[in-house]
Amino acid sequence: MTSMLPKVEVEKQAQARSPFQDGFKSFRKNKIAVIGTIIVAFFVFLAVFGPWIAPQGVNEQNFKLKLLSPSASHWFGTDDFGRDIFSRVILGARLSLAVGFFSVIISIIVGSILGIIAGYYGRWVDTIISRIFDIILAFPSILLAIAIVTVLGPSLRNALIAIAIVNVPNFGRLIRSKVLSIKEEEYITAAKAIGMKDSRILFTHVLPNSMTPIIVQGTLAIATAIIEAAALGFLGLGARAPDPEWGKMLSDARIYLVNAPWTMIFPGLAIMLTVLGFNLMGDGLRDAFDPKMKS
Amino acid sequence: MLQYIGKRLLQLIPVLLGMTFIVFLIVRAIPGDPAQIILGQQATKEAVASLRESLGLDNPWYIQYFHYIGQLLTGDFGTSIKTGVPILNEVWPYLAATMELAFVAMVIAVVIGVNAGIISAWFQNSWFDYTAMILALVGVSIPIFWLGLLGQWSFGVELGILPTSSRFNARDPVEAITNFYLIDTLLVGRFDQFIDVMKHLILPAFCLATIPMAIIARMTRSTMLEVMRSDFVRTARAKGQRMFLVVYKHSLKNAIIPVLTVIGLQTGLLLGGAILTETIFSWPGIGRYIYEAISSRDYPVIQSGILIVAFIFVMINLLVDVLYSIIDPRIKYN
Repeated sequence: MTSMLPKVEVEKQAQARSPFQDGFKSFRKNKIAVIGTIIVAFFVFLAVFGPWIAPQGVNEQNFKLKLLSPSASHWFGTDDFGRDIFSRVILGARLSLAVGFFSVIISIIVGSILGIIAGYYGRWVDTIISRIFDIILAFPSILLAIAIVTVLGPSLRNALIAIAIVNVPNFGRLIRSKVLSIKEEEYITAAKAIGMKDSRILFTHVLPNSMTPIIVQGTLAIATAIIEAAALGFLGLGARAPDPEWGKMLSDARIYLVNAPWTMIFPGLAIMLTVLGFNLMGDGLRDAFDPKMKS
Repeated sequence: MLQYIGKRLLQLIPVLLGMTFIVFLIVRAIPGDPAQIILGQQATKEAVASLRESLGLDNPWYIQYFHYIGQLLTGDFGTSIKTGVPILNEVWPYLAATMELAFVAMVIAVVIGVNAGIISAWFQNSWFDYTAMILALVGVSIPIFWLGLLGQWSFGVELGILPTSSRFNARDPVEAITNFYLIDTLLVGRFDQFIDVMKHLILPAFCLATIPMAIIARMTRSTMLEVMRSDFVRTARAKGQRMFLVVYKHSLKNAIIPVLTVIGLQTGLLLGGAILTETIFSWPGIGRYIYEAISSRDYPVIQSGILIVAFIFVMINLLVDVLYSIIDPRIKYN
């Protein structure tokens, strides 16, 4: 009997580790993914605690100090209104992360609903929804976002909505394909056989089983959304003055390229680092949790 | 093969119709009365009302839509409010400018990207591999409008070696024949102008090339690594084949399909990036044409401009799909 004990223990241990724990373990081993996560955490920290960290207020103007180069008192220099660029870059983290995060959440929710309906009910509903996805994807995304913002009017909120709409088909298609494969699983047949309602099957079985690719795709989509929001801000179609949105700061800095390049360097660096962080983290999550998606 | 192309073209019809519908809806939803904008703020109410009637703006939306489709089918893409010129007559120089920029960008991206990927795979885990892959990671994360500004600042302002805007030297305009200025300057035998046009292309083209270059490099590296571990490569090496030939002849041929997919996808995406690049470098391309039309509320140009770009985007994607089957006969289509 005693010789059986260790074997049982091993089996128990093997059972105790869920696929999620496995994935998390391999994610932690991936150095690049960890660096990405640290970068993201850093910017999330800035977004949350920015107002307490920034040495100056977002719109504290002092014309005597305008366009000063970086120094001990103004680490990133000052802009054309004499505002401290270091403070504005820190406070801009909140805007960029919020747009990235919320636009992706909206895309996920709308995309999931449409994808589930298309995948689960099939037939003409699927045909219509899938064709709509095809049509939206037939436009270059930034062009469609520009067109939508033109209709809604330029503002950060409308930029967020436009980016969300443009990204819906990516999630919709993902969920649809996931639903199509899950639908064939035996446990769904079993759930149907015991008389479970469609809506319950969708929310208790189909959706939870589609979560992994959504999280992976979502992390990578935040990176794209942040760049798109900054691009719209840069084109004058996103955030309005005096919001410290990074893209808008870049567009304001264009005319000072010759005399005050620092007004352009730091906001751009902030965009790049944030996007890099989300890309590295997303790649790491994909490798850890969804090896099939690995390119 | 022909059957497949025919089938794909047929499938395109509903997508193209849907696209016209979306563009139609978007343009109708833009705040402001087109008739008022055409005539200006000083126009009388009567004049605006009669123009609305003659433009068919009083009709229900579906009649307007069918009318619009009818116009498109007869090749009438509308007339620009700002210039009064039919859009099809004035769009070509803009389109050619974008195509020239995108083409040069893609050549840069493919040549550097594919070779960087190959060398990274060949010398895996070397300093070159690490540097190239870190650069590629940064490359996909860099906002191209920021990269453009950095380029203008460093090469234009600080070093003063490259022009930062436009397609040519304004004091010595290029004689437009095909509107591809690299070709036009050669056609008239002006090599000095050719060099000048080249110089104007470098910054915007590199800027536009960055993201595809990074993605192509990563893709090439990963597929090359896979192929270089396969048996036929080992056999070739065992037979004493030179490493250069093994890499560039045997391995690349088998690794190129996924890379081509990425190249195709990226070519389509370049069109989106072109809008930003053209804004930064005052490049008179289609992106800038549409962007300026949006600023001045030139409805027909917005409508047809977006449609033309989207149409090209769809056609490039179709072309890429068809090319696969030619390059790799193993791929079969249903």
